[in-house]
Amino acid sequence: MYETLVRDTDQPVPQPPVGSGGVHVTGLGKRFGDLWALRNFSITVTPGTVLGLLGHNGAGKTTAIRILTTLSQPTEGRATVAGFDVVRDAATVRQHIGVASQQATVDGLMSARLNLQTIGRLYGMPRREARERGDALLEQLDLTSFADGLVRTYSGGMRRRLDLAASLMNRPAVLFLDEPTTGLDPLSRSSLWDMLRDLVSEGTTVILTTQYLEEADQLADDIVVLDHGETVAHGTPQDLKSRIGEQRLDVHISDITQLVAAQQTLLPYADSEPIIDEAECVITVPIKPGTRIVDVVRTLDDAGIDAIDVARREATLDDVFVALTHKTQTERPNNASPQEQS
Amino acid sequence: MSTSVVRDASVLARRNLEHIRQIPEKLTNVTVQPLMFVLLFSYVFGGAIRVEGGTYKEFLLGGILIQTLAFAMMQPATSIATDLQEGVIDRFRSLPTRRSAYLLGHYFAEMIGSIVTIAILCGTGLLIGWRTSASILSVAQGILLLLVFATAMIWLGLWLGIFVRSPDAVMGIGFIIVFPATFVSNAFVPPSSMPGALQWFAAVNPVSVFISAVRELFGNPLTPVTKHVWPIDHPVPAAWIYSVALVVLGVVSAQRQYKHRTTE
Ligand SMILES: Nc1ncnc2c1ncn2[C@@H]1O[C@H](COP(=O)(O)OP(=O)(O)OP(=O)(O)O)[C@@H](O)[C@H]1O
Ligand SMILES: [Mg+2]
Repeated sequence: MYETLVRDTDQPVPQPPVGSGGVHVTGLGKRFGDLWALRNFSITVTPGTVLGLLGHNGAGKTTAIRILTTLSQPTEGRATVAGFDVVRDAATVRQHIGVASQQATVDGLMSARLNLQTIGRLYGMPRREARERGDALLEQLDLTSFADGLVRTYSGGMRRRLDLAASLMNRPAVLFLDEPTTGLDPLSRSSLWDMLRDLVSEGTTVILTTQYLEEADQLADDIVVLDHGETVAHGTPQDLKSRIGEQRLDVHISDITQLVAAQQTLLPYADSEPIIDEAECVITVPIKPGTRIVDVVRTLDDAGIDAIDVARREATLDDVFVALTHKTQTERPNNASPQEQS
Repeated sequence: MSTSVVRDASVLARRNLEHIRQIPEKLTNVTVQPLMFVLLFSYVFGGAIRVEGGTYKEFLLGGILIQTLAFAMMQPATSIATDLQEGVIDRFRSLPTRRSAYLLGHYFAEMIGSIVTIAILCGTGLLIGWRTSASILSVAQGILLLLVFATAMIWLGLWLGIFVRSPDAVMGIGFIIVFPATFVSNAFVPPSSMPGALQWFAAVNPVSVFISAVRELFGNPLTPVTKHVWPIDHPVPAAWIYSVALVVLGVVSAQRQYKHRTTE
């Protein structure tokens, strides 16, 4: 699709060992003072696949990305990206990666076009190639009509898209996107997804973090869920869903005081513990395979519980998320202050 | 220094120049401000101050040149502090560009500013009656000394900016250092008119040494030395020693501070 990138002759690009274009991480950890922002993080990302990093605010997603993109030093563990060690061969790693940080990193006092040209030139491209590559990306990200405007005057979503363009200037082998679609409107979001799918089908490896489970479900081949720096789940979207039960029953009841009673009543049908959503007055039950809805309704009725609605659906990643982080919170109630535990 | 470092630095310097194109007011402190100083001092103080061996205008220029180049350290300090505060630094750090290219880019851009400043000051000086009575070679050495001094100030400014972290704080701290250092010197008045303690300060102040060296090399009148210390008695060799020392200090400290700041 693109012409081959011409590199500066005085900066020969060392070729990675064959078959190591992906990412290998073993026991990666990062400590800030007393806090382990990331711990025992291990993952292998096959070239041409997408890894989704999921987790609440402060889970350690950005910390992982910053280490893998050489911006931050790990406290322990090792990682190679595109076949090169992120600490020892940081300079080489940088030639093969693209990064779109969580916070936009474009220069507000230059136009979009100049921002991209500057970056292209710093990758060693001749002036003309840098300009053409920049213009092509502006076109692709739908920014051409603003290309000469000062980035300071851009809207948040436009700046984000420009940041993505910047991360693609060198046609990276491995692309890191830290919450790439935060602040994008639905249209921009889905066109970004399409663009990422194209890149992946051309062989790009992608690691992205997201708060949107749908996004991970749509794009990721493999998902890691982080919680307080620990890996609490790892698998394909399908694995994760089947691990916690494929099917859900959302039972909406009319009387909030009956929530606990309803939960008890539903237990015989549950694969694992039903989760109560008090605000919505809904109990979500991971149901055993073969459960019949009529039986559930009859049981509720016999117990005198007024169910407004009973709906069966496929498990979503949201359910995975709630189940997993719910569990770790109950297992480690004092996580916020580990000193008090000892 | 490899060619790619110089090339990357030029690309980065163009970025600073682009900032000036967008906000031309940034240029006032290298253009309008020194011009104003030359005119104000020569016409306001000029009549009141007697200088042995020449006119006040001839005396003034060396002082204004060094003072302006010293104040110019605030500009790189502010630029780099701004970069470090914003996300843009992460972009450059994720590119295969050397650390030194980034700092060198700032230096290149600021050096252009300093050259413009020297040209404006000398040009205005010539217009209002400043003359040199020294050989071409000596004047050339004077200009070279100014360029090396400017280099030292830019690198010290970069160091300050990386150290201070916030562009607002740069102004405050910069003024506290540069104002006394340039005013308690032989820049505008002969130190013989100052109280004894200040005369000592002015005599050991490297700023005085630079100014005397420039005056001597340009063949302009020098103030009589009241407190004798070796540097002020031998301004030209002393100024060269000081400049080289300050350049080394600035370059090494800025690089180390930058490395420290960007390691997490
Ligand atoms: N430079 C730092 N110094 C100290 N603590 C830090 C630093 N960077 C991150 N942390 C801490 O490390 C933890 C993980 O932060 P991180 O930014 O990786 O979270 P995240 O998963 O990206 O969150 P978000 O969804 O909010 O972006 C947080 O508790 C955070 O406060
Ligand atoms: Mg984050």
